[in-house]
Amino acid sequence: MHLSGLVQLWLLGSLMLTWPVSGLIRMHPESTGTSAETDHGHHNSSVEEVPIVTFKWPHVKTPYLITLWIFVAFLGKMVIEANHHVTSVIPESALLICFGFILGGMIWGADKKQTFTLTPEVFFLYLLPQVILDAGYTMPNKLFFTNLGAILIYAIIGTCWNAASVGLSLWGCHEGGAMGDIEIGLLQYLLFGSLIAAVDPVAVLAVFEQVHVNEVLFIMVFGESLLNDGVTVVLFNVFDAFVSLGGPKINAAEIVKGIVSFFVVAFGGSLLGMVFGLLISLLTRCTKNIKIIEPGFIFVLGYLSYLTAEMLSLSAILSIVFCGVCCQKYINANMDENSVNTVRYAMKVLANGSETIIFVFLGISAIDKEIWVWNTGFILLTLLFIIIYRIIGVFFLTWILNKFRLVPVSFIDQVIMSYGGLRGAVAYGLAVMLDESKIKEKNLMISTTLIVVYFTVIFQGITMKPLVRWLKVRRANTSELTLIEKVQNKVFDHMLVAIEDISGQIGHNYMRDKWKHFEDKWMTNVLMKPSARKVRDQVFKVFHRLNLKDAVSYVAEGERRGSLEFVRNETAIVDFKKKIGEDFTEVMPDIMADTSSDYDAMTDMRRDPVPSVSLEIHEQGMKGVRETEDVNTHHLLQQHLYKSRKQHRHRYSRSHFHVNEDEKEVQEIFQRTMRNRLESFKSAKMGVAPPKTISKHQKKDQQQQQKMANGKQLDKSKTYNSGDEDFEFSEGDSATGFEASGTSSPWRVTYRAGAGIENPAFMPDMDLTDPLQVPPWLADTELDSSSSMVAPSQRAQVRLPWTPSNLRRLAPLRISTRSTDSFMMADREATQPRNEDDERFPPPPPPPPAPHRDEGHM
Amino acid sequence: MGASQTRSDNRYQDLMDKTGFSLEQIKNLHKRFLHLSGNEETISRENLESISALSNNPLRKQIIDAFFDKRNQRDDKAGFFHEIGFEQFLMVMSHFRPPNLKTTAEEKEAMRKEKLRFLFNMHDTDNDGIITLTEYRKVVEELLSKSGAIGLEAAKAIADAAMLEVASTNVPHMAPEDFYEGITFEHFEQILKGLEMESRMHIRFLDVDTTTMRCGKATM
Repeated sequence: MHLSGLVQLWLLGSLMLTWPVSGLIRMHPESTGTSAETDHGHHNSSVEEVPIVTFKWPHVKTPYLITLWIFVAFLGKMVIEANHHVTSVIPESALLICFGFILGGMIWGADKKQTFTLTPEVFFLYLLPQVILDAGYTMPNKLFFTNLGAILIYAIIGTCWNAASVGLSLWGCHEGGAMGDIEIGLLQYLLFGSLIAAVDPVAVLAVFEQVHVNEVLFIMVFGESLLNDGVTVVLFNVFDAFVSLGGPKINAAEIVKGIVSFFVVAFGGSLLGMVFGLLISLLTRCTKNIKIIEPGFIFVLGYLSYLTAEMLSLSAILSIVFCGVCCQKYINANMDENSVNTVRYAMKVLANGSETIIFVFLGISAIDKEIWVWNTGFILLTLLFIIIYRIIGVFFLTWILNKFRLVPVSFIDQVIMSYGGLRGAVAYGLAVMLDESKIKEKNLMISTTLIVVYFTVIFQGITMKPLVRWLKVRRANTSELTLIEKVQNKVFDHMLVAIEDISGQIGHNYMRDKWKHFEDKWMTNVLMKPSARKVRDQVFKVFHRLNLKDAVSYVAEGERRGSLEFVRNETAIVDFKKKIGEDFTEVMPDIMADTSSDYDAMTDMRRDPVPSVSLEIHEQGMKGVRETEDVNTHHLLQQHLYKSRKQHRHRYSRSHFHVNEDEKEVQEIFQRTMRNRLESFKSAKMGVAPPKTISKHQKKDQQQQQKMANGKQLDKSKTYNSGDEDFEFSEGDSATGFEASGTSSPWRVTYRAGAGIENPAFMPDMDLTDPLQVPPWLADTELDSSSSMVAPSQRAQVRLPWTPSNLRRLAPLRISTRSTDSFMMADREATQPRNEDDERFPPPPPPPPAPHRDEGHM
Repeated sequence: MGASQTRSDNRYQDLMDKTGFSLEQIKNLHKRFLHLSGNEETISRENLESISALSNNPLRKQIIDAFFDKRNQRDDKAGFFHEIGFEQFLMVMSHFRPPNLKTTAEEKEAMRKEKLRFLFNMHDTDNDGIITLTEYRKVVEELLSKSGAIGLEAAKAIADAAMLEVASTNVPHMAPEDFYEGITFEHFEQILKGLEMESRMHIRFLDVDTTTMRCGKATM
């Protein structure tokens, strides 16, 4: 299953990462890196005879270099991440920039010229969209929209304030003579201010991701940095237009136009993104038959939304952010779970990959003599102003916001917000985009921008963590929400709405509730697959996840111990039972409903008659195995099971992933497993054989027997459980021994835990623990065991054939020769009255189950 | 007229001290109270149940119960009122008062505890200090009853799983024969420690009159 994700991820990853850098590398025929130079002569010389191999470097040069660069960047990241002592102190982004310095230095040493730089085209068209799309797609929506007001104010007003104040202050200092002799006018200063104003989402994320501040603070900083990128670009374009227009021609009308264009561009971009988001949602409704391509739609349409916005000169960043934000909920519900995972992983690969490349190339770009123009006044003043005005802006805006906010932003949070104003590649990209013909001091601006970026990312990035610790900023709780917390959250939501309704206030909750109603009524109907609507409930999801987790840990535990069956006897499930009594079993039907589709194949298969021919073959194989192996019988057998035989062939298909669905093979595995279980079971019962597991078994058995002796409490609970379960899976699936539980203790051990299994995946397994449902090989086994092991005890043999429920289930197999049913029935009847004596545990329910059977003891 | 004005002002002053609401908020809420009760002194269940906006709320019953629950009046009594006056109404409302910048850490902690107690009381319907599985199930069932897709069985299972979770966090090492009876308040506090109560469980009580806005709402 995960294979599909991985394969796609690499396909997409390589595809989209190869593109970006293609423009990155300028063609310099005389020197394309150190390796290129030696190869030039080679290519021209092979014309006279038929070449066996030729060397075609120019042919592949561009993609080759791009891939190589990506490879190097990734390697760099790998090296950096290998050492956690370093990354815990210095953020990864800072290290990547330093890595870029080193690489740049090497290139410089070889070429005396910087041949690889980050061009704005590559950055804005290929690298940035991936990062932003990922940010939008993984945006915590509720948090984002709850704080949207504040975020918008920071992003729009804050950014404008930053741009204006930095620009004007620099201009003022220029007029005051602090910069010496440079040719920058007021408009150019404002242009510069606008490009340096934006807090960069890439840099901010890279730092804040590692700090784990509380979620409100995080969403403020993160949301602001995302949205203000859009704002800066718009602002930059407006000022750029003003600069091109030239000072004298600017009049009131032009300024108004500029402001109007600002809003049109920003909101138009957002709107366009939303349209694309809805489009994606709609599309994923009907991609059921092309699951392999499905995840591709997200990327392609996301990218298209970016490009379309760019084409219409709307804000591309805002467009792709809102595209991701809008579609995430619906596509996650609509798409196949594997596709969702694929999208998630691929998104991360792309975003993380381009982030790495961005930082590395930010570092590399520094090593270039051409761009460095030093002007102490300009550079230092810029640094000073951006920090000061950021602080002023944040505090002032928060002061206003706190008058309206329900939960005010605390002082410490404000400090972190102002300190989190990291600048990054967007500013650099914009600086490089400046037109040298209009702005004489372009290089000074670039170098200033670079210094600002380095300073903020490296210095502020490094000091952020200690600062957060020192100020005792409220951290996010890292643990997953528990189910009860989720439920409680839901209670909150409804309660708050109710209180608002009663008190007659119209607040966030009221709005959210109305929106939710609208969404439930219209949006989900249109945008979501009908089948997906069911499971979108948060509480349900957590519940589902918990169940899955339990099941997984359960299996893991089993594998660790070498046998699933064995686990059933001893592990956590038992504890659950003890803690909560019988209630747990009630969880099961639900899970069944939830996951059963996955196991359809299994159930079908179980209903098939088992061909006895293949069985015979097995018998041989099994015998050999068993005789040669001693300690790890179980483990090894299991390994054999899924790897042997030539039926296990890999079938290639471009459009489907079928791991291994050969009918015969599945059957074979099934039978082998059965054999396996049977073996272990029998030997366990007889108190002989497989040394490792059995020793524990016996211990357990003894324990059980003691408990039995002490009081029948546990025993009865078990009986009850299996009975309950028996009912719940009765429509053919049930296999656990309702009856068995009433019998001797070793038996019970096997069955008892079965009741606690939460995942129907194990149901087949569980069935298999019962040796008796498959009569065809029953005789064989007994033969085997008598020859190779101690003969089964009389008692065990007597017990073997009676499992009516199993027989019912596996109808075709009902060939049992021995009929001890009456005996068994008697046994069962003996058990049941005993249960009824006990008040704490009501009797095994005859279907239907008593809905509140726990009430007695809760 | 003037005399009654000062009398009600005095009364408001009292309430302000008691509940922490501002005068404006109290006046607003009083208006709302009179609107709900039909200009009566007291308010009854029917009054609250007739709020149309509330009809879709899955927790309607619990919330309305909470208003009539004596335990939410901060004077350790149990039982239910039949009708509540404005003061009781305000007391319940005050559980949802947001903190402001001036509230100290201890006050916040106290508020949190009060809010938790309110929640706990909402679950613990029989007032025995323990949320039993049955009680908890009931809430979860109601909670999920409106979402349609999730059946009763699932709701029950979710409640069970949640309970199990509580049991395993609070009593990690249970003897086999032990039995988890239910969530005590201490456990409740413990479990919800991570939940951001401070930033969650309040609503905005506007200082301005909202009756005009309500007209718009009524049409929706």
